[in-house]
Amino acid sequence: MTSQYDIAVIGGGNAALCAAMTAAESGARVLILETAPKPYRGGNSRHTRNFRCMHSGSLGPLVDDYSEEEYFNDLLKVTAGKTNEPLARLAIRTSEECLPWMEAHGVRFQPSLSGTLSLARTNAFFMGGGKSLVNAYYRTAEGLGIDVIYEAHVTHLELDGDRIARVQYTHEGQDHRIEPKAVIVASGGFQADTDWLTRAWGEPAKNFLIRGTPYNRGVVLADLLDQGVSQVGDPTQCHAVAIDGRAPKFDGGIVTRLDCVPFSIVVNKHAERFYDEGEDVWPKRYAIWGRLVANQPDQVGYVIIDAKSLELFMPSVFPPLKADTLEDLAGQMGLPADRLRTTVEEFNAACGDTSAFHPTELDNVATHGIEPPKTNWARPITEPPFYGYSLRTGVTFTYLGLKVDENARCSTANGPIRNLWAAGETMAGSILGQGYLAGFGMTIGTVFGRIAGREASNYAA
Amino acid sequence: MPLDLIQEARRQAEVCNACRYCEGYCSVFPALHRERFFSDGDITQLANLCHNCRGCYYACQYTAPHEFDLNLPRALAEVRRESWEDHAWPAPVARLFHTNGTLIAAACVLGFALLFLAIRAIGSAGGEGFYAALSHNAMVAIFAPAFLFPLASLAVSLRRYWKTVGGESIHLSHLTAAFQMVAKMKDLAAGHGDGCNFEEEDRFSHARRYAHQLVMFGFLLCFAATSAGTVLHYIFDLHAPYGIFSLPKLLGIPGGLMLVCGTAWMAKLKLAADRHVGDQSAWGGEMGFILLLFLVATSGLVLPVLGGTDLMPILLALHLGAVLSFFLLTPFTKMAHGFYRLAALIRDAQAKGQAEST
Repeated sequence: MTSQYDIAVIGGGNAALCAAMTAAESGARVLILETAPKPYRGGNSRHTRNFRCMHSGSLGPLVDDYSEEEYFNDLLKVTAGKTNEPLARLAIRTSEECLPWMEAHGVRFQPSLSGTLSLARTNAFFMGGGKSLVNAYYRTAEGLGIDVIYEAHVTHLELDGDRIARVQYTHEGQDHRIEPKAVIVASGGFQADTDWLTRAWGEPAKNFLIRGTPYNRGVVLADLLDQGVSQVGDPTQCHAVAIDGRAPKFDGGIVTRLDCVPFSIVVNKHAERFYDEGEDVWPKRYAIWGRLVANQPDQVGYVIIDAKSLELFMPSVFPPLKADTLEDLAGQMGLPADRLRTTVEEFNAACGDTSAFHPTELDNVATHGIEPPKTNWARPITEPPFYGYSLRTGVTFTYLGLKVDENARCSTANGPIRNLWAAGETMAGSILGQGYLAGFGMTIGTVFGRIAGREASNYAA
Repeated sequence: MPLDLIQEARRQAEVCNACRYCEGYCSVFPALHRERFFSDGDITQLANLCHNCRGCYYACQYTAPHEFDLNLPRALAEVRRESWEDHAWPAPVARLFHTNGTLIAAACVLGFALLFLAIRAIGSAGGEGFYAALSHNAMVAIFAPAFLFPLASLAVSLRRYWKTVGGESIHLSHLTAAFQMVAKMKDLAAGHGDGCNFEEEDRFSHARRYAHQLVMFGFLLCFAATSAGTVLHYIFDLHAPYGIFSLPKLLGIPGGLMLVCGTAWMAKLKLAADRHVGDQSAWGGEMGFILLLFLVATSGLVLPVLGGTDLMPILLALHLGAVLSFFLLTPFTKMAHGFYRLAALIRDAQAKGQAEST
């Protein structure tokens, strides 16, 4: 059977929508197969809040300049060089023209949110957040005549030589097979499939929380990899942050983040410190703490602060545990009380002159003579009440994905697949070998979504 | 006030404060993000800043079926209505009318009957025009107290409100800021100026904002027309009926037309809107109030047209009865919202000023 559609887009988040709108604007007949029900449509884009954007001069809500070189260097720092330079530069360079395109397709921006001033130059914030972006794109897509099927679970893309011959999906209990001319995969990583994550990480993965959508289970990704489609990335690499240990297993999103680490000491379940809490400002360090916590026993950490630091960070959704003594706090957190007291006393003794303390800048108020050191914001934990949060690893998205070229095209060992493109988190591992740069996921999704849409519609025309 | 409504709004506000994605939409979020802990007064103030534009609801990644189950417009609408009931004087009357459109209709019928009896019993005492049906002195005897009582009641309510939200002494700059927000109805435009999400899920539109301004400015024009008539009557000794190019008519006719169109449009939008994103229990009371205002405007416009016919006394009783119930119900129906909103915006201007100066 032939399809009434030129292009099937698999996934319903930012990258999928950018691809679908671009293709439809070139005249292609486009179908979006979104696995989530309508209230949860949009994948992880629902939880996003900004778009990292190169620019010279002010652009939309962005001030000053953010050059290609600076952007690329920021990326090199977080990935420790594990990136694909041509693809990374393509994403960075194209981001500038994306911002007006996004506005033309219904996205509205707002000035940098309170508490995020450090991002005002580099990241453009969506008014209302990612779900409002998703809503705007679905409205625009509807206006372009794009059809959307929610709760359409794609089970198989049939690879026949160098092309995808067929797309199989189930919807309302029925199996469907369509034969579009071209297929764009934008269905995210596999982090919501705990079994897959466990195969990669081992048992610790069972203690991970998934910050975003429960629908990114990597079904299509696995199906394509099984058929020999080229992959990129390490299965243990992902965008992971340390979040409140009380967060729900899935979909907790932004409100479960904790920004208090720089003003705290963080201990493991044996009440021992394990990393420099004050290494850098939090926006530059939040993305490494997911892995740090993942490497601790039981994949859990405990943040301890005292009364003087309580209002130095953004409130989070769960109130902290509170106690008048460290022993009481240890009891509430299930930590060995005497060991916690020793750790805190050793830390306090290593603190020096704190008069230069400055909560929003690197202040070099550091410890001396303990391992690990705390190199900034090191103030003794002395002033009751004491507060505590538990930390767990919160995975945003996995980096093992589909390898693409600069046209977002997928390939096998035998060469390019003529009618298969990928965009968004499912191919972000092509650029992000490790680490994460805030707002870059949306940049990759928008840039490669538009490229995939353009290429697929050219092919289908 | 039942603590559970405030408590539920506080729970939701704490989620919002940890997210902040909606900061650009309206006055509520910057005010919310200035606090770290929310007293009952803070929640009441936030509730009265909220205009139920629903932008935050449709943008929210935590609405049901998500376990956080956020519906901030509804939570705040419920607290808001409760606050109007609690701060009203006398409060029991407000508890009757805010949620009950049928009672508003009954009050209107009662007003009509009262005026009808007055016309029958008192009559013209030799007046002309409408005064041929009911003398000027009789109208004044009925409407002066009906106008002064709501003013006194509102004054008590607003004093109570000001105390609840911790208001301080008011400067001219607070008033200027608040009146600018009202005149442009900025909180229904969203930060991007595309309007609000009311009649069709997440689609942005200015319909509700425009309908509201038609009603508000229409009402103010009608009020100005009545005031002009009063001035003409007592100061210039010029008595009704007034000609088409007189001040009362020049203000009143466009005002009446705006009110008719605005209330009809508002009722239509209200029928289209998703009820569960507002205070469902107050829907009837709000609709009753809109229809009462529609009746006041329509009957007022028809009166001069049919003033020379036998229908005039009945129509006059209808119009004056509607106006009477409208005035008397002002502190106890949705009409009160304008006063609380203004107070909330003045308080917000104060709080903003304090935040900037610290």
